[in-house]
Amino acid sequence: MRRFYLVLVLVAAVAAVLMWKGSRGGSADAGASSSSVAVSAADSAFRGFTLGSESAPVEVVEYADFQCPHCGEFANIQFPTIKEQLINTGRLRWRFRDFPLGFPWSRVSALAGQCAGEQGKFWEMEEALFQHQSDWAATSRNPTSAFRDLARGIGVDLDKYNACMDSQRYAGRVEVSHAEGAALGVTGTPTFFVNGRMLDGRTNSDAFQSLVDSLTAKGRH
Amino acid sequence: MRLRQTIALLALVGFCIALYLWFYKVGIIGHLQCGSGSCEYVQTSRYGVLLGVPVAFYGVVGYALMLAVAIAGLQPTQLERRWPTTTLATLSVGGFLFTLYLTAIELFVLHAICRWCVGSAVVMTVITAIAVPAGIRSK
Repeated sequence: MRRFYLVLVLVAAVAAVLMWKGSRGGSADAGASSSSVAVSAADSAFRGFTLGSESAPVEVVEYADFQCPHCGEFANIQFPTIKEQLINTGRLRWRFRDFPLGFPWSRVSALAGQCAGEQGKFWEMEEALFQHQSDWAATSRNPTSAFRDLARGIGVDLDKYNACMDSQRYAGRVEVSHAEGAALGVTGTPTFFVNGRMLDGRTNSDAFQSLVDSLTAKGRH
Repeated sequence: MRLRQTIALLALVGFCIALYLWFYKVGIIGHLQCGSGSCEYVQTSRYGVLLGVPVAFYGVVGYALMLAVAIAGLQPTQLERRWPTTTLATLSVGGFLFTLYLTAIELFVLHAICRWCVGSAVVMTVITAIAVPAGIRSK
């Protein structure tokens, strides 16, 4: 019996050591784990990529992960309608913030978006990443070359893009964005903030249409 | 006696897994070691919390109960008693059903697999496979 208790203590001790070691290790995600990223003042100052008029009365901040299936579904099904009916008409401004959840390629896809954004092609890359999500997200191979093909397809200068990806130039931005989202209470993606308030409930294009209608009506009174 | 020892050992392993996931959820551990799995995605999804309590904490409590009952059942005065065996069988059925629910969420709702959750599911399944037949035999 004493030997049995010894085995229990041994298992508990091994687990404790593994947990302690694990807590000091980095993320499995390729492309800069958060524990190894240096954050600059410029990283902290970056407020995300925006789409729509600066004078739009309503702003939505979306925290998203390019590998998250719900984000892909939202981007491919709901967002085109929102863009057409609300953003292009000057009623809504959309702000994209990275919130990498810990999928295998969450961070490296966030970097791909940032590196395309450096050349003014963030929204084209966002659309391409989400549209082709099922192609690159399901693979266990690093999708960096697939991202390069997408970047080429949207007309990005590949030499600059490659240099940006290789240096992980915007890893700090991604980490800052993630930390800010976490501080605001983001736990999953996509999470939306409408004029600073976290959105609960339905997040389809009709819901955004109704919200913008009600917020702009309030503004007129 | 062997049966209760085996369950105690498995419950301890399950307890350590649940504790690790709970430590991550409450911020004691910054990152989960998950290989190419989707542990952080699963843990940070809306299904990572049930009734305001992290799902992993239910695992911590459940496995701790099983461990305590199994060890209590190993005491010389309790070895011939039936209650530890029936209690372990009851606890394991509850745990197994909860595990089934969580695995279904991973497979059919989140479309993502957390390796630690799979580990816990395997442990719970083995405990159930041992405890339930023993519970039935003891009646």
